[in-house]
Amino acid sequence: MDGQPQSKDFSVKFTMDEAQPRVLDRMAQGLLGTAMDRPEGRMKVTGTAPYAAEYRREGLVHGMLVRSTITRGRVTGIDTEKVQSMDGVIAVMTGGPLVRNPAQGTAHEAPAQSLPEVFYVGQPVALVVAESFEQARHAAQALTVTYDRADGADVDPATASDTETPEDDVLSQGDIDTAMKEAAFAVDTRYTTPPHSSAAMEPHASVASWTDGRLELHGSYQMLRHNVAELADALGVDEADVRIHSPYVGGGFGAKLGIAPEAVAAAHAARELGRPVSVVLTRPQVFEMTMRRSETTQRLRLGSDAEGRLTALGHEDWVSNLPGEAFAEPTAQGTHFLYGGDNRYFAQTLARVHRPCAGSVRAPGEAVGMIALECAMDELAEATGIDPIDLRLRNLPETHPENGLPYSERGLGDCLRDGAAKFGWDTRKPAGTRLEGDWWVGMGVASAVRVNALMNSTARVTLNPDGTALCETDMTDIGTGSYAILTQIVGEMLGLDASQIEVRLGDSDLPKSSGSGGSWGAQSCGSAVFLAAQGIRKALAEKLGVAADDLTLKDGTVTSGNVQHGFADLIDSPLTCEGTLNPGDTADAFSIAGYGAHFAEVGVHRDTGEVRVRRMLGVFSIGRVLNEKTASSQCHGGMIWGIGSALTEEIMHDPSDGRIVNHNLAEYHLPVSLDVPDLDVVLLEDTRDDEANPIQAKGIGELGIAGAAGAIGNAIYNACGVRVRDFPATPDKIFPHLPETD
Amino acid sequence: MRPFDYSRADGAPDAAAKAAQGATILAGGTNLLDLMKLEVMAPEAVVDISRLDLTGITPTEDGGLRIGALVTNTDLANDRTVRTQYPVLSRALLSGATVQLRNKATTGGNLLQRTRCPYFYDTGAACNKRDPGSGCAAMTGCNRILAVLGGSDHCIATHPSDMAVAMRALRARVALESPEGTREIALADLHVLPGDTPEVETVLQPGEVITSVILPPAPPGRQAYVKIRDRASYAFALVSVAGIVAIEDGRITEAALAFGGLAPKPWRDPEVEAALIGQPAGPAAAEAAADVLLADAKGHGGNDFKIPLARRTLKRALRELTEATS
Ligand SMILES: Cc1cc2nc3c(=O)[nH]c(=O)nc-3n(C[C@H](O)[C@H](O)[C@H](O)COP(=O)(O)OP(=O)(O)OC[C@H]3O[C@@H](n4cnc5c(N)ncnc54)[C@H](O)[C@@H]3O)c2cc1C
Ligand code: SF4
Repeated sequence: MDGQPQSKDFSVKFTMDEAQPRVLDRMAQGLLGTAMDRPEGRMKVTGTAPYAAEYRREGLVHGMLVRSTITRGRVTGIDTEKVQSMDGVIAVMTGGPLVRNPAQGTAHEAPAQSLPEVFYVGQPVALVVAESFEQARHAAQALTVTYDRADGADVDPATASDTETPEDDVLSQGDIDTAMKEAAFAVDTRYTTPPHSSAAMEPHASVASWTDGRLELHGSYQMLRHNVAELADALGVDEADVRIHSPYVGGGFGAKLGIAPEAVAAAHAARELGRPVSVVLTRPQVFEMTMRRSETTQRLRLGSDAEGRLTALGHEDWVSNLPGEAFAEPTAQGTHFLYGGDNRYFAQTLARVHRPCAGSVRAPGEAVGMIALECAMDELAEATGIDPIDLRLRNLPETHPENGLPYSERGLGDCLRDGAAKFGWDTRKPAGTRLEGDWWVGMGVASAVRVNALMNSTARVTLNPDGTALCETDMTDIGTGSYAILTQIVGEMLGLDASQIEVRLGDSDLPKSSGSGGSWGAQSCGSAVFLAAQGIRKALAEKLGVAADDLTLKDGTVTSGNVQHGFADLIDSPLTCEGTLNPGDTADAFSIAGYGAHFAEVGVHRDTGEVRVRRMLGVFSIGRVLNEKTASSQCHGGMIWGIGSALTEEIMHDPSDGRIVNHNLAEYHLPVSLDVPDLDVVLLEDTRDDEANPIQAKGIGELGIAGAAGAIGNAIYNACGVRVRDFPATPDKIFPHLPETD
Repeated sequence: MRPFDYSRADGAPDAAAKAAQGATILAGGTNLLDLMKLEVMAPEAVVDISRLDLTGITPTEDGGLRIGALVTNTDLANDRTVRTQYPVLSRALLSGATVQLRNKATTGGNLLQRTRCPYFYDTGAACNKRDPGSGCAAMTGCNRILAVLGGSDHCIATHPSDMAVAMRALRARVALESPEGTREIALADLHVLPGDTPEVETVLQPGEVITSVILPPAPPGRQAYVKIRDRASYAFALVSVAGIVAIEDGRITEAALAFGGLAPKPWRDPEVEAALIGQPAGPAAAEAAADVLLADAKGHGGNDFKIPLARRTLKRALRELTEATS
């Protein structure tokens, strides 16, 4: 820190125990909420923002991980000799701290280190280090690994012998079987969703070097405080001896929550060799060695009275993961509180399979659970003859249907109603009645919901006498706009133009934040920055002998009463404050979530069953909007993910050995531009959530995906009368059931 | 990628001479380089032909078109004559890959691109085409994009090209040059079925280089290319149909139909066309033609759906080809 520390510490530690006043509404700068460009945007689009793999160090060498080609067994031998004499090869590393798979998000400890045991095709079994990337890749291909194969390992969750149905996760309220029998209308239906990949554009990459016993690693990670702990644990060193830099991350989507095999390998090799080592995963390795989203099978039971009011709601799901992994896709997470119904049943079964590790992929839980729930609601609407929007509105409970907690701000009704008006929902026709040329056309709707989580977070803000400010935290920007919104919060609180503010992120030596994940980054870290800035305001107020509320900070001036000051009049050295946010009682006293509604119009080809989304509207209730542009971008991105999970995306596992067959971006079908029509996003005004956190903002990084695919599935049904229950809705799932038109 | 010798050909004869000594030809590289990085192909020598003067699109004496082997997919698709006389070819090209790939991909390379069977690209999997005798993981594995016609017990790979399907419907011929001289063959004869040697994909002899593709004069009738795929763009065909159909008095008088996504080579079956000739354009004719086309079709689980999908795609293509003219 430059200059002298101020005599008194105005740092703020705050716990979110009760609803908070809207302090930000009283600020004068007018920067927060605007569609400000990302400060680092220009660097990104001109290629001058360095990503992990681009760091060059004196003497840098390159490591390539070697994959297992068997499903289950033990490595019995690695023929290092042959490879060691190949051009450029420096070392072959086997066993040691190499990790089986990435750490789960927030694990805070090393993931499994199982070698010589092998658990899936694609598991890292060795690292080859060479002078160049190409030499390392070639030698890795040439390395002969021998195995003792264990036959008959389960790779298919449907037939796996090792399954768990944890009692703790079973929720049985009332009597669902009787309620279903007695219901005026009942839907008992099953849906399946395939495994998904985060498919971030930037592959996992780490460049590691050790200086005086301390590791410095440039990586691509989302939650540095946890990543430091995970990496230190994997290497058997102190956390204090690990520093991770992740200033720019080319997409994370959950795949970079926990430390992954390449980081451990790079750090280990660099330590052994005494040279900096870079390990970059190839695209197939990204698919195989990092997280996938589990496939799901879901059973939905919905029973209602004659007016469509739910009396029964059941959501059971079947997911999978590797042996030993604690994570299970929280499929039914959103179902617990979205709709009412007195008789409820939830249970989850986890199958242990030898497929690549399952973990968090954007909106774990709701991303796939909401597809099934919202399509099942559509089935109920069809059964009852009630309009799907009306049916949803009738079933919004007064309080949480399981624990009775009140809701904090819940804009779902407005999202559905406003969206319906904007989308022209009233022109929707009965299923299978609108044929335009060769295309069946239809509309679908779905609710969006995503649990809201607040996480412990600290940030440091420094105000300089010259009217510039510095904001520091180990928060990451994974493409979401962290740099932008933190700049805006500082600017709004301290009355500064964005150009006067520097935001430093992605360095684990900076104050520890929530990191990016679970849609909690902006609100958690944003609150910490807000609190730090409040401390600074308090310090300034004290210098003037007034209350902080009586200060107006705008355009680099401080006004109190009728007197205006420059910062230099008030401080002669940098003024630094830390803000620390802790989640508190409101999280237990309220049901807090982000809400929205998706509307989709699709065309289905009458012969061949291809689906084209024609237009989509998402209306969202997300609390305070911190930046109109980056918030909308998150929603757009989520809706595009929805298109992918509705129509195109699926990891294919070989049925006999579990390997990922389509492990590249040619065969793993992300939606491309032609799959994405004009997307309309509306962020509802005035949905500030006072119970959520002191800045009244909620997570939006994941909300946009939740439900989006359900709206598309429902639109397909409305178009052509075919109910797809096995996603993605590729042509083969549709054309056999299409009505004859000739 | 295995280290290899690289040389640049100074002419087609030089390329052929080097190829005869075992060098692999590099054109746009959009397929070869990927395969080399994965070490599915590991040539010891590569001869780069990309700068040779084989980029012309010129009329032939009989009113057809000669397309240099190095004409890019983009240039060919956008050529005025191709767009007006051979729209099926233009559309097929534009339905393939992406703009970036088409800018690099060449006519010769497109014809000789390897299958997209995922197991072929995974050196840890059994694949008779990549490693003869190792087995075929696709047979009981993920074979969604693989063949229902023309495959064997050893291999059911599909030929992935769209361009070649249109060219097959257009009765294209392929000009070859080797140290022994030049020859011309029908595109129909270029690719061979896998049988028990799936590693053999064409009739090309060592040292034979494609120098051009010759299109006969455009046949009468309407042309269409219909491609069904798993996303709106940038995906290989599940099923595609290149069709040229002429109609008089509501009856089909001429028909040329080639199919992609179904077989190890661009597929054309004269009996399918015979089933259409003389018939009134309409769904019944389409059904009859599909019966012939698919009589010997065989699914392998994941690709079973292609059989009914091919029927529907054919029907759709024929409607497109006949309704507008009737
Ligand atoms: C992600 C992706 C998606 C794609 N999607 C599609 C699609 O939807 N539809 C489609 O049709 N194609 C698609 N392609 C394939 C693309 O069209 C081919 O890769 C391209 O046409 C190959 O041409 P090239 O010039 O790059 O060939 P190269 O990669 O240079 O060569 C391919 C092969 O042909 C040989 N060769 C090349 N030229 C000659 C010659 N003149 N004489 C003898 N041998 C020669 C080479 O030795 C090599 O074996 C896709 C490709 C990719 C990577
Ligand atoms: S279908 Fe052919 S290319 Fe595919 S795995 Fe079998 S042999 Fe190999």
